[in-house]
Amino acid sequence: MPSRKVLLSGNEAVGEGAVLAGCRFYAGYPITPQNELTAYMARRLPEVGGVFVQAESELAAINMIMGASSAGALAMTTSSSPGISLMQEAISYMAGMEVPVVVVNVMRGGPGLGNIAGSQGDYLQATKGGGHGDYHMMVFAPSNVQEMFNFTQEAFRLSQKYRNPVMVLADGYLGQIMEPLEIKKAELPPQNQGWILDGAKAREPRLLKSLYLPSEDLEGFNLHLQDKFRRMEEEILWEGSEVEDAEKILVAYGTSARICKEVVRIGRRAGKKWGVFRPITLFPFPYQALQKIGKGCEKILVVEMSSGQMLEDVLLAVDDKNKVEFYGRMGGSLPEKEEIMKRLGSGV
Amino acid sequence: MKEEIIIAGFGGQGILFAGKLLTWASLIEDNKVTCIPSYGAEMRGGTAHCHVIVSREEIASPIVEKPSLLVVLNRQSLDRFEKRVLSGGRIVVNSDLVERKVERKDVRVYYVPGNELAEKLGSSLFTNMVMLGATSFYTGIVKLESLVSSLPNLLAGKEELITSNQRALKAGYEYAHAAG
Amino acid sequence: MKPLYKRPESLRDVPTHYCSGCGHGIIHRIIAEVIDELGIREKTIGIAPVGCAVLAYDYFNFDVMEAPHGRPPAVATGIKRVLPDRIVFTYQGDGDLAAIGTGEIIHAGLRGEKLTVIFVNNSLYGMTGGQMAPTTLIGEKTATTPKGRCAEREGYPWNVVEVLKLFPGVTYVARGAVTQPKNIRRVKVFIRKAFLNQVENKGLSLVEVLSPCPVNLRMEPFEAVRWVEENLAEVFPLGEFKG
Repeated sequence: MPSRKVLLSGNEAVGEGAVLAGCRFYAGYPITPQNELTAYMARRLPEVGGVFVQAESELAAINMIMGASSAGALAMTTSSSPGISLMQEAISYMAGMEVPVVVVNVMRGGPGLGNIAGSQGDYLQATKGGGHGDYHMMVFAPSNVQEMFNFTQEAFRLSQKYRNPVMVLADGYLGQIMEPLEIKKAELPPQNQGWILDGAKAREPRLLKSLYLPSEDLEGFNLHLQDKFRRMEEEILWEGSEVEDAEKILVAYGTSARICKEVVRIGRRAGKKWGVFRPITLFPFPYQALQKIGKGCEKILVVEMSSGQMLEDVLLAVDDKNKVEFYGRMGGSLPEKEEIMKRLGSGV
Repeated sequence: MKEEIIIAGFGGQGILFAGKLLTWASLIEDNKVTCIPSYGAEMRGGTAHCHVIVSREEIASPIVEKPSLLVVLNRQSLDRFEKRVLSGGRIVVNSDLVERKVERKDVRVYYVPGNELAEKLGSSLFTNMVMLGATSFYTGIVKLESLVSSLPNLLAGKEELITSNQRALKAGYEYAHAAG
Repeated sequence: MKPLYKRPESLRDVPTHYCSGCGHGIIHRIIAEVIDELGIREKTIGIAPVGCAVLAYDYFNFDVMEAPHGRPPAVATGIKRVLPDRIVFTYQGDGDLAAIGTGEIIHAGLRGEKLTVIFVNNSLYGMTGGQMAPTTLIGEKTATTPKGRCAEREGYPWNVVEVLKLFPGVTYVARGAVTQPKNIRRVKVFIRKAFLNQVENKGLSLVEVLSPCPVNLRMEPFEAVRWVEENLAEVFPLGEFKG
C-alpha cells in the first residue's frame, strides 16, 4: 500500500500548516536557513486567494503582518535569528495592542551574523520577552516535520484565542530536514472579529493602540496582560519518554531532544534507567511537570544547542539544583550521543 | 533494519536530489525515513552531503554521526567521511572521481565508474542516479522499482527528465549486478 | 437655514491637546472634511505615527491604529492588501517618515501601494523637544544643533516629494503649507486629490504639508507661520509635482 504521506521539509511543512490553518497573509525577507518557507508561501498563498509580500526588511515584514492581522487576516512572518532580532520592537507592540500573529524563528548560530547552521541560541529572547516591556508570547518547540506542521496550526489557533503573538521556535536542522508528513487540516474555531479595523460602518470607530499615558492606566493594562499570560498555562505541553522509572533524565527540546531520545533508546537496551523530558511549550514552561518528574531521580542533564538558556528554567523547576548538569554545543554544532552518555555516567 | 547513510559529493552533483529520491523511495516502502541536507554556501561548489536514515522503527535522532553506509561521488568526500563509517559498514565509491582506494579494512567497499556510465547515457549529470542505482543493488536498502517510481514526485511534469533519470538508475543497478 | 461651517462628522468633539499655533489641528480638520466630502468615513482606516500626532486617534471619528515609529507604510500595506476596497492612509511626521521610516516609505512607493500618505514637515522633532530632523534647514537651531545645522557636520535636509515623484508606483505628490488661508485651501485641494486617487485605485499618493511648530521654533505663532512661508518653503517649494 503506498503511503498517503508526502515528503516535505520542515520549512515547507510550516508553510502548508499555515495555509491550512487559514493564513492568508504572509510577509517575509530572505534569510537562511528558512528560505524554502518564504518561497513556499510565495507559491502557495496565491492559490488560496491569499497575499504574499516580499518585504524590504524584517522590520517591514513584521509590521505588514501587524497591519494585515489588524484588518482581520490570519497573518504570519518567518525568519531566522538576526531577522527575528529586528522584529522584536513590533512583537512588543503587538503584545501591547493585542494583535494576534504567528512568527516562526528557524534559529541559526549567533551572535551577530554567526552562521547558517541550526542552533538554539534564541531561547531566552523568545521566552523571556526579547522586545521591550512586560510581555510574553507563547512559544512552541516542534521536533519533527509533523510537529512543524501541527504546531504552526496550533500557533494560529492560540494566537487568536489569546489575541497575542505566538512563536514557533525551530532550529535550522528542523527547517531543512525532510520527513514524511501526514497532512491534516485543523478545525479552527471561528475568529473573534469584534476588534478588527475594517472601517466603522454601522458601528463605533475602533482603535488599536499600546499608548496609555497615565501610569495607572498602563499598569491596569499590564495587569490584564499578566493575567492573560497566566491563563496560557492551560496550554502547557510536554512529552516524557521513559521517564516513569528513570533514574537519570535528559531535558531537551527540538533537535537536541531527538538526539537525547536516541541516547535513551541505546541506554535502555543496555538496561540503563534513562528518560527524556521534552518541553513542547517553552512559554509557558512546564515547571510543575518537570518538578514532579524530577523528584527522586538521581541526575538531570540539560542538553541544548546553546550555552545553557533553557537550563535557567530547568533550575527554576527542580527542587534539588545540585543534581542538574548541563551539556551544550554552540555555533551550529550538535550535541553528540557519546558525550551525552559519558555525562550520564556510562561507558559506551 | 536501520541504515544510517551519508551521501556526499561536490555541489552540482545532485547530492540532495539523490538523497530526496532515496527518501521518497523509502517512504513508499512504508519505512520511517529522515533526510537532512547540508545547505547554504555549500550549494555553490565545495562539498555537499545529506544525512538519510531509513528504519523500520520511529527515528529519534535524524543526525548521522557514524554512517552504516557512505556513498561518495568525489575524493574530498571520501577523505572527509571515511573514518566515520561504522565498523562493518559499507562504502560505495564513484571510482571515476576518487582516484584512491578506501583504506579501511573493516568495511565492505564497492567501486562504481559513475561518471563513465552516466556519460554513456549522455551526461555526467546522471552520475548521482547511477550511484544510487548501484547502491540499491549492493545494499538492498531500497528497491530499484521504488526509486524509479518515486522520480515523478521530484520531477512532476518533466517526462523527459524522468525517463533519462530512470535509465541512469537502471544502468547503475545493472552494472552492480554484472560486476557483483 | 443651511449651516455654512460645522464640525465634520469625521472629527470628534473633543478639546485639542496640540499647542497654540500648531498646524496639526488644521491638517486633521482638512483630512476629516475631505473624508466626509468623499463619503468614505465608514471605510477609512488611519495609521497614527509616533510623535505629537500619535494622539490623532483621539480626534478622528473612524478606525485608527498606531504603528511603531517609522513603520506606518508597512502597517498600511498589510491592511490595504487584506482589505483592498477600504481607504487606508498614514499620517506621519518628518522624523517618522523621512528618518527612521525612510525604508518603509521608499519601498511602499516603489511597490505602488494604493495608499494615501499625509506627511507633516515642521523641520524638527516636536514631541521630544525640538531636535534636528531630516528636514531641518541648514543654519536652523534645534536642541541637537545648538549652533545651527551645519552641512559639514550634520549633512543636508532631503526633499521627500522630489524623490518620490521619480517612482512609477507613486502617482500623486504635492507639497502645501498650513500657513495663510490661501495656502490652507490649496492643502485641502491636494489632500482631496490624494484621497480621490486611492478611491480610483491608483498608486501611492503623498502630500507633504509644511506646518509651524512655534513652541520648538521658539517663536510666536504668527512668526512661526511667516518662518514656514519664508524659510521652510524656500527649500521645500510648494506645488503639485506629479499627477
